[in-house]
Amino acid sequence: MTALETQTLATDELLVQLKGIGKLYKKGKEQVKVLSNLDLDIRRGDFLALMGPSGSGKTTLLNLLGGLDKPSAGELKIGGQRLDQMSSSQLTKWRARHVGFIFQFYNLMPVLTAEKNVELPLLLTNLSSKQRKHHVAAALELVGLSNRAKHYPSELSGGQEQRVAIARALVSDPDLLLCDEPTGDLDRATADDILSLLQTLNQQQHKTIIMVTHDPRAADHARHILHMDKGALVNDGRVTDTGH
Amino acid sequence: MFNSIAQIVVVTLMNLRNLPQRVGTSSVAVFGVACVVGVFIGVLSMASGFQRTMVSAGAEDVLIMMRAGATSEMSSGMGYDQTQLIANLPGVAKLDGKPLSSPELFVIVDIPMRTKDANANAPLRGVEPMAFAVRNSFKIIEGRNFEPGKNELIVGRGAQKQFANLSVGSVVKFGQTEWTVVGAFESGGGLAESELWCDAKILQNAYRRGNSYQIVRVKIEDKKALDTVKAAIAADPKFNLDVKRETDYLSEQSEPLSKFIKMVGYPLAFLMALGAIFGAVNTMYTSVSNRTREIATLRAIGFGSAPVAISTLVESLVLAVIGGVIGSVIVYLVFNGYTVSTLNFASFSQVVFDFAVTPDLLVQGVIFATAIGFIGGFFPAIRAARLPVATALREV
Repeated sequence: MTALETQTLATDELLVQLKGIGKLYKKGKEQVKVLSNLDLDIRRGDFLALMGPSGSGKTTLLNLLGGLDKPSAGELKIGGQRLDQMSSSQLTKWRARHVGFIFQFYNLMPVLTAEKNVELPLLLTNLSSKQRKHHVAAALELVGLSNRAKHYPSELSGGQEQRVAIARALVSDPDLLLCDEPTGDLDRATADDILSLLQTLNQQQHKTIIMVTHDPRAADHARHILHMDKGALVNDGRVTDTGH
Repeated sequence: MFNSIAQIVVVTLMNLRNLPQRVGTSSVAVFGVACVVGVFIGVLSMASGFQRTMVSAGAEDVLIMMRAGATSEMSSGMGYDQTQLIANLPGVAKLDGKPLSSPELFVIVDIPMRTKDANANAPLRGVEPMAFAVRNSFKIIEGRNFEPGKNELIVGRGAQKQFANLSVGSVVKFGQTEWTVVGAFESGGGLAESELWCDAKILQNAYRRGNSYQIVRVKIEDKKALDTVKAAIAADPKFNLDVKRETDYLSEQSEPLSKFIKMVGYPLAFLMALGAIFGAVNTMYTSVSNRTREIATLRAIGFGSAPVAISTLVESLVLAVIGGVIGSVIVYLVFNGYTVSTLNFASFSQVVFDFAVTPDLLVQGVIFATAIGFIGGFFPAIRAARLPVATALREV
């Protein structure tokens, strides 16, 4: 098992524990092995970039970490809870409480304003309308978009849309932020802004972030980089420390 | 619980607000349902209009007496003596001391239609003065009543609309006899409005019927007097009669055609409904497909599968109800009150009636549309609920 050596973390508590994780997909009559016997521990407060060629299993691993999919084999524990033993509806509820997603194409709801988009995860909580408004305002302020709260996604730039998506991912204060190519659709300067924002969230808000990316410059913003290939961790899971 | 309802409301509203972006595919479903509901209500309004015409002017306290075994006026017959005995039966109401008893003669005449180049069978009824008192809602609306002993006709409002040359003052020839139209009448929208009326004695002579009639209509003292009349008839061997309330008789007479219209109409509406369901299913599958990113994102955030499924079902229902309302409104505007005539199987004569798009039918139409929407949205809703989130996110 590989425990990431991350001396700069605020805590040594393990947030994510993967043991012997395997994932098979059925393709017609054949079974395709996407992940095999994967062991990995991630500490709370880390910012980890997952890199690797297409088809290496990065997104599959991210989906497992986000409770969007279940492993075919092994143990997957996040925050002490066994995701591999949860039913589909239990995973749905778990996602609402513990994880925030940031997608490459933002995935905002076009008919909702920025603030209504951000409010979506809070509709799954028992917060009052007033409390929800308060949280939404705080999240939008954190990503620097308070003045765009009433705008629809079509009225925002790509970078602004991704900031709204980040605010949406943050608003319910999840344990884990999962980013799938969050800068893949942005120009360089905007991408750097977004990555800096993620860095700030990690360093100042102590958010645990796992980011899938093809872009080495994006990966450089993380604390650690983990390489994957053919469904396994490269170099036995040793990480590259970026020095952040 | 509140949480689940809030999820359903949010996802459904979001879905409905997205509808304008899918106006093309959505309108296919709306159009399909509108057509089906249009046909459905159209056919039923025909049946209900026919039934209303046949039955509406009937009264519970009026009896029809026919020869035993006769199924309609056409096959009935009785002599003058018998009509006099009927008039004096216990239970028959009286007006100024005279029994409210109306012996009537019924023949079919050939008459040109007003709107097409064809002839039709029109009912010509010979009546005596008491016929007007026996009927509750008889009213001359144009000209005057015929004078006994003269070759004069009064014509029903419906007959005047459907048959040619029946305006007041016209002269028409049936067989060897010429008749002058002297008036037009209403009779509560009932069957009588499809008829032409004249003096019974003149009609007997014109058609060489001697001193015979076909039926007698009597008004009884109250609704319960039917039993008294029946008992008296049963007790007297001189009578060989069937006695029915006017409402029951008219209802029986309307049944064959009503059934026929429904027999044709229901399968037609059913077949069209199948088409509309396929249209709705297709529209909703397209909708789910178009919303894959949205659905997958909501599911990833933590929204349950039920709100997603329900929102799809609600969208289908909304589209179907819109279609149903459009279909209903169009049918109402185009067909309600539209006058047609058709052959009444029971009397082999034309009966003139208006399409009746009643509130009941409109409600039935919307319920029918809702059923189409539910069936059409059910499977797409299940697909939406079962959308594999991880795969769906990768596809977008």
